[in-house]
Amino acid sequence: MKNDPVTNIIKYEEDIVFKLRSLYTAYGYRPYKMSKFEEYDLYVRNRDFLVSESVITFNDTDGRLLALKPDVTLSIVKNSTDVDGFVNKVYYNENVYRVSSRTETYREIMQTGLECIGDIDTYNVIEVLSLAAKSLETISPDYVLDVSHMGIIFGLLEMTGANDVTKSAIIECITSKNAHDLLRICAENGIEQSICDKLCKFISIYGDMDSVINKLKALDLGEWADDIIDELQLISDALGSDPIKSKLRLDFSIANGMSYYNGIVFKGFINGIPDSVLSGGRYDRLLKKMSRTSGAIGFAVYLDVLEYMDTQSKAYDVDVLLLYNNNVSVNIVMDAVKNLTAQYSTVTAQKIVPQKLKYRSVAQLSADGNIIFKEGNI
Amino acid sequence: MINVALPKGRLGEKVYDMFELSGYECPSIKENSRKLIFENKEKGIRYFWVKPSDVAIYVERGAADIGVAGKDILLEYEPDVFELCDLDIGKCRMAVAAKKDFRDNPDKTLRVATKFVNIAKNYYASKCRDIDIIKLNGSIEIAPILGLSDVIVDIVETGTTLKENDLEPFETIVPISARLIANKASFRFKSNEIERISQSLDELTKARK
Repeated sequence: MKNDPVTNIIKYEEDIVFKLRSLYTAYGYRPYKMSKFEEYDLYVRNRDFLVSESVITFNDTDGRLLALKPDVTLSIVKNSTDVDGFVNKVYYNENVYRVSSRTETYREIMQTGLECIGDIDTYNVIEVLSLAAKSLETISPDYVLDVSHMGIIFGLLEMTGANDVTKSAIIECITSKNAHDLLRICAENGIEQSICDKLCKFISIYGDMDSVINKLKALDLGEWADDIIDELQLISDALGSDPIKSKLRLDFSIANGMSYYNGIVFKGFINGIPDSVLSGGRYDRLLKKMSRTSGAIGFAVYLDVLEYMDTQSKAYDVDVLLLYNNNVSVNIVMDAVKNLTAQYSTVTAQKIVPQKLKYRSVAQLSADGNIIFKEGNI
Repeated sequence: MINVALPKGRLGEKVYDMFELSGYECPSIKENSRKLIFENKEKGIRYFWVKPSDVAIYVERGAADIGVAGKDILLEYEPDVFELCDLDIGKCRMAVAAKKDFRDNPDKTLRVATKFVNIAKNYYASKCRDIDIIKLNGSIEIAPILGLSDVIVDIVETGTTLKENDLEPFETIVPISARLIANKASFRFKSNEIERISQSLDELTKARK
């Protein structure tokens, strides 16, 4: 009889990766395999795009400065081309190397995700949003996908007429839902009271798409916001009665890299994991910086944080611990192990009971090949 | 169930009183005991006492859904949390202080002694001032007296300690008070409860002003 969990040799994260691969493949995304190394120059030119600025570098045999890849998107963008009407859809599953904000040391992080680069239209945006939601659902049904729009944030910042330093301070307040410090900053910098009030209301908005869109309309932000609100409304209408819509929230505290992202940005959360599990958005600005004409949208799923989900320790390391001594011939041990593995999932042959090994049963092998189970049953 | 990290000490007691007045009481917390975790199942709230400087870590890492931390701790450690409400208690300010006869000489690197390295660095970076940071863990006030530093960056409440050591505050960096913070993921799954608590505390704070 094969029993869980000893038979369960596929790790939780690996299982999720398999499922995500088939999800992305079903929507026509092609796998993208890349080298672990990339020219360091690519990261120097786009430092702000990286989650952490530190990169592990080394010299190749020809003297070129290479880096252990801290990010996947930049490499995919670099190797894509602009063709009118065409959208290049790829997914990846790669390890990246970056400094963890928590440990402040380099870590190898398994990351999977997809990129959609080319002539992006509303359908592409909705497809990527849906796939982000479905990716989260693959991990757990208890998830939330929070969506924001960089256009609204840019527009509001412009309305303040503040300098760059003050704008950064305002963004910090927006991302931390900090209305009290925002009031102080506005007062200190002579920002008009009516704009300050709008910003404070904006910070507190959170909820399902339709109710937030109504609240946005009520804020009366001006003509510049009409197209953005229409885009959000279009997405909301297109999702219609799709069950994923109930998992989507509009939350403007999400403001990914201001110099690269524009349009829709989003983060995914799973109940029980204290960090975001998924992050993505539209990053046409990155392509523009690379003198490209295409648009782009994508997301990454951070598989390392899934460790929070897999908290159950294995009950057993092995099904059968087979003990033998020097009087037993090699052939008899080999036959015994072969016979046992045909019946049970996992068997380890040892001369003594290994310390800290958790086994379901223990058996003694005699010199004549008899297997006598000492304790426990499977 | 909402998990609340409270800062041990006088500030934490004041904070708990505010929660109690807002309808989130847990009477067992006021019993004299060495227990650190207290729960009121009926109200769906669990409090635990932690070191004030650790509150932000408990919240950022999700062990607590919400907590109360001083703005000084938030500025120093920059945890990735939501800052939902200014409770307007534990008020003081982060200030630069020096000997009464101190005159800043911009030709020289300014020697700054402080516990709050990040705050001091950010403050002087915003002024493009070259500084030499001296990290101390206590008795900061004696650094300028013994010539270890030119100035100190520290919390000033009444200014009495500074005065007694012949120092005086020169510049205020930022006003400090206790803030209600929330874990960003917890907020998404418990937004109604957390927003209700934040709103109650905010109303109580405004009523006290």
